[in-house]
Amino acid sequence: MNPAIAIHQASKRFGSLKAVDCVDLEIAQGEFFALLGPNGAGKTTLINLLSGLSRPDSGKLAIMGFDVSREYRKARRSVGVVPQELVFDPFFTVREVLEVQSGYFGISGNAAWIDEILARLDLSSKADTNMRALSGGMKRRVLVAQALVHKPPVIILDEPTAGVDVELRQALWEFIRSLNASGHTIVLTTHYLEEAEALCNRIAMLKAGKIVALDTTSNLLKSCKARHVKLQISPDSLPDALLPGFIGRESGYHVLKLDEFSDLESILETLRQSGARITDMVLPHPDLEAVFVEIMRTP
Amino acid sequence: MKGFYSLLYKEVVRFWKVGFQTVLSPLLSTMLYLLIFSHVLGDHVEAFPGVAYVSFLIPGLAMMALLQNAFANSSSSLIQSKITGNIIFLLLSPVSYPEIFLAYVLASTIRGVLVGCGIFLITLWAVDIPLKFPLWALVFALLGSFILGATGIVAGIWAEKFDQLASFQNFIIVPLTFLSGVFYSIHSLPPFWQEVSHLNPFFYLIDGFRYGFFGVSDISPYFSLLVVSICLAAVSLFTLGLLKSGYKLRN
Repeated sequence: MNPAIAIHQASKRFGSLKAVDCVDLEIAQGEFFALLGPNGAGKTTLINLLSGLSRPDSGKLAIMGFDVSREYRKARRSVGVVPQELVFDPFFTVREVLEVQSGYFGISGNAAWIDEILARLDLSSKADTNMRALSGGMKRRVLVAQALVHKPPVIILDEPTAGVDVELRQALWEFIRSLNASGHTIVLTTHYLEEAEALCNRIAMLKAGKIVALDTTSNLLKSCKARHVKLQISPDSLPDALLPGFIGRESGYHVLKLDEFSDLESILETLRQSGARITDMVLPHPDLEAVFVEIMRTP
Repeated sequence: MKGFYSLLYKEVVRFWKVGFQTVLSPLLSTMLYLLIFSHVLGDHVEAFPGVAYVSFLIPGLAMMALLQNAFANSSSSLIQSKITGNIIFLLLSPVSYPEIFLAYVLASTIRGVLVGCGIFLITLWAVDIPLKFPLWALVFALLGSFILGATGIVAGIWAEKFDQLASFQNFIIVPLTFLSGVFYSIHSLPPFWQEVSHLNPFFYLIDGFRYGFFGVSDISPYFSLLVVSICLAAVSLFTLGLLKSGYKLRN
């Protein structure tokens, strides 16, 4: 079975800036995949190379086995892209936009599917409204609808929830989850790391155009060395011996760094010897944000 | 071909939805030209023997409006799409670059011919204009629309802001149309300016178009047809090359 996305040694340069630098990446069909990275890491450029909005300087990219340059028609029919920017055509209504978009993909008589997407995205009541009259959240939903009119097997969402309220965000993810469950491959970029952690089974992290981490979400979380322990003690003063590992105070807790879980034993021993009594202790699990920060700080 | 039809439909609906600006407004301004020039010059100028100046003027004005509107349609649509960012929906689609070219050019042709026909129809009740060779008139109208529709694509791709597009229109398209013999026969010009006029491709469009009405022209309509056809081939190849390369669109 062809991978949903196959990228081999793709590079793209803008002047002296290497936006994408020799990237190799394969995403299997049916995955829910996150592409993470700070601003300017190359996420959108990589998406543009995949979708044909930009052309690579070198390397090969394929969607569902179709080369994005040589077989661009088949490749583009296989992918739906929700762009990051809130763009719209001010001359048309929501339904007209979706009908024209269907036509671009060679589809006529698409009314039933358009009605279904509109209903799933809670846009049915706005079907005959001009795009200019929609709120930002609704315009965002229309962008999602436009990416889905041709029922693409691969859906790429470039920060789809930026500036979207909580209710819509949850409804949108529920919809995208159901698409993934029905076999669509989802590729997502987001700055909301908790979304990526909750939704995606595999994650790639980009930094300065290169992939610096690529693994399943659970493996990435396990790999995090940045652990800490939160302690409430009485009297509320840390012994001097623990000050080198002190990170800071948080809601009445002393936060101490743990290089290994076994460090906990020596911390407890030091507290016992100093006569301090532990009144509460929290050992938080590392989240994706901690993993992200750790990886991005690595030179 | 469905992608081509959809883009053509979208482009025609786009200008039709703002018909006051894209169709009625050029009709009005052209009628004002006609009113003023025919009133001021009507009794003093005879461009072709036996042809009243106002009759001579109407085909020229119709062609001028046709050319300018064909250019305006593709260029303004493209730059609006680029600036608002919605060009992305077309670029993400599998519509091929020849289909994009054809759709924009044909939509421009429809608008140009609509405005040109409108002028002709409005003046028909007041002025007696012969239409000796309608096929010649139609061929030059279509060729003119194709050339300016394609030129509009080039301008729309090249321009990054409305100011640049306005410069293209005001410093290239408008002077070339005004100095192409819309208001006069080039035989009324001094020899030097007659030679200069021969370098203006719009002159051949208007002269050939006028031949379709009066059966009289400044130069042979066959020669005009040759020049115009060469211009169309050159502009089309250049525009197709731009679209294929993705210049200023796919970067």
